[in-house]
Amino acid sequence: MRILLVEDGEELARAVASRLALEGHGVDHAPTLADARLFLDSAPYDLILLDISLPDGDGRDFLAAERAARREVPVIMMTASASVGDRVSTLDLGADDYITKPFDFAELQARCRAVLRRRAGAADSRRHFAGFTFDALGANVTIGEETRELRARELRLLEILLSRPGQTYSKAHLIDRLFSFDEEVSDNAIEVYVGRLRRKLEGSGARIETLRGVGYRLIAE
Amino acid sequence: MRALRALVGAGQIKSLRRRLVWQFVVLSALLVAGLFVTVRWVAESASRASQDAVLGAAVTAIAEGVRSVDDGLELDLPYATFSMLGAMGDERIFYSLRVGADVVTGYEGLPPPPAPPTDLAPVFWAATHQGAQLRLAAVARPMLVDARAVPVMVTLGQTRRGQAAIARETAMGAAWVALAFLALVLPVALLAAEAVLSPVRRLAEVVARRGPRDLSPVRYPTPRELTPLLRALNGLIARLRGALDLAETFIFEAAHRIRTPLSLVRTEAELALAETSDPAARTRLRRMVRAIDDSSRSASQILDHAMVMYRSDQFEAEMLDLAALAASVLRAVEPLADLRDLRVTSAGLGRPCHLRGDQRMLEIALRNILDNAVKYARSEGTVHLALHEADRQAVLAVCDDGRGIAGDALTGRFRRGSNVEDVAGSGLGLTIVTEVAAAHRGRFSLTPRPEGGTCATLSLPLP
Repeated sequence: MRILLVEDGEELARAVASRLALEGHGVDHAPTLADARLFLDSAPYDLILLDISLPDGDGRDFLAAERAARREVPVIMMTASASVGDRVSTLDLGADDYITKPFDFAELQARCRAVLRRRAGAADSRRHFAGFTFDALGANVTIGEETRELRARELRLLEILLSRPGQTYSKAHLIDRLFSFDEEVSDNAIEVYVGRLRRKLEGSGARIETLRGVGYRLIAE
Repeated sequence: MRALRALVGAGQIKSLRRRLVWQFVVLSALLVAGLFVTVRWVAESASRASQDAVLGAAVTAIAEGVRSVDDGLELDLPYATFSMLGAMGDERIFYSLRVGADVVTGYEGLPPPPAPPTDLAPVFWAATHQGAQLRLAAVARPMLVDARAVPVMVTLGQTRRGQAAIARETAMGAAWVALAFLALVLPVALLAAEAVLSPVRRLAEVVARRGPRDLSPVRYPTPRELTPLLRALNGLIARLRGALDLAETFIFEAAHRIRTPLSLVRTEAELALAETSDPAARTRLRRMVRAIDDSSRSASQILDHAMVMYRSDQFEAEMLDLAALAASVLRAVEPLADLRDLRVTSAGLGRPCHLRGDQRMLEIALRNILDNAVKYARSEGTVHLALHEADRQAVLAVCDDGRGIAGDALTGRFRRGSNVEDVAGSGLGLTIVTEVAAAHRGRFSLTPRPEGGTCATLSLPLP
């Protein structure tokens, strides 16, 4: 996904961009609303992550202006204030969702997916690999004529493995991406999901390979 | 004047009401005493005037009955006059006829007039004679005796026993009436004090009825004399509200200032986690992220709680659709459920459910209930939200299939600051929901399900 991050905190923006890059997203950073306008005029984005208080104005005014001009790029507002009032007002202005700082990147990812699913059709969410088609928004894989539903964690696991096929992901890394931080999980927990995903991908010509002591990777047979 | 003020001023009396009553009674007593004295004086002078009229006529009649005859003077006592005097009651009558300094007839030793009369115009005076109070009248008439003009003075006196009694009785009558008035004064004074002080009491009630966080100005019709008090009170309230607003702005500002660096710390920690495979470092980093999440959640709940307390006091219900609200909150929570691989299902949200309530408060409550359910549900379990109407109540139930909690711990969950097992922030969240339910005259309960898990039920009255 191509994401425009509008945030004035230089260090935070750099960290968020690096973190989102780990998920395989391309991120452009605009420190002001004026920069954000320039970026939006020059390239198409799948999503805007918009801070509320920016040096040259209020993110909500920017959002209202975008929507008034019928530019419908999905927007997730980021704010440091957790009041319901802000939530309601930003949603009324046409924001697709709202996330409070400090945010969980897994939650952000989940919210992005939910936003894109609601706007289904805006982008083609299908990916082909080996002998299967993966539909992230529809949460399924299709092998030949057969469509198999994926549960949320299976879907995220496949998304991660599929973002760079052939690359090895460690158990620890996968745990960070699949489980929220307030859950105590053992390293073995990941094996359960890998096992399930292997069954869902049976007969697809793709295989999740275990590299003992290192991790997992997705390869075509 | 100062003495009067000191008497009615009642400076020592602490109660305004008693002070008013005391002043009213003292002033009334003074007025009644004055009235009594006046009535007594008027009665006295009236009786004296009527006695004087009779005495004057009588003494003139006697004087006119004195005639000069060849060998001196002859007196025809006018009996009619004496009988008239006698008719005035049980009075004794004294008279004397003097020629020059000699008493020719009548009583010796009657008190002399203060100024001797010169003609037939009577002179009146009062004096004591033989131990009795007398009213006396005298006239003078020059008569020819032995071809010489000599002054003849006729004096007539009458005791005042009966007249004094009449005056005394009149005064006593007046005194009784005055006492009766005085007896009436106390209840009247109480009523008057009550009427004067009732605006003060009502104002006090209006102020006392306010909730601890109601800082709107007092708008209450008061008499002009209380306006300065009301103005001072509203001034104080405005200053207090200013201070609280400042504190609130400060809290929001502080939250903002703390959350921004926290996001940086959290993001950097996640990046560090991605870059390290050392188990010890990873454990530390995960703990760090968890602590940041806990503090962030607590901050949100403290703000939510403050908002709920504030809005409970300024409670303004409007018509809203609980089904639509629940659907929108459910949508906001779905990504979180997705993270835990939970299935979220709902029933009864297709049909609008209108009731009167505060949208923001209800949104906070629903958010807390659903957050809780998502937190407690079994991994890959189900959270089910159902809305139905029963007994003029909208009943919204959120059930999870989590580990479930024993009865004691369930009630403990409502206590502020208490957490269940290892899940942080559950205590204040449920306190918030309970307060929202109370503000809407509804109920909130948590019940364990026999098959495992917990149902959170929020019942709100339908209009």
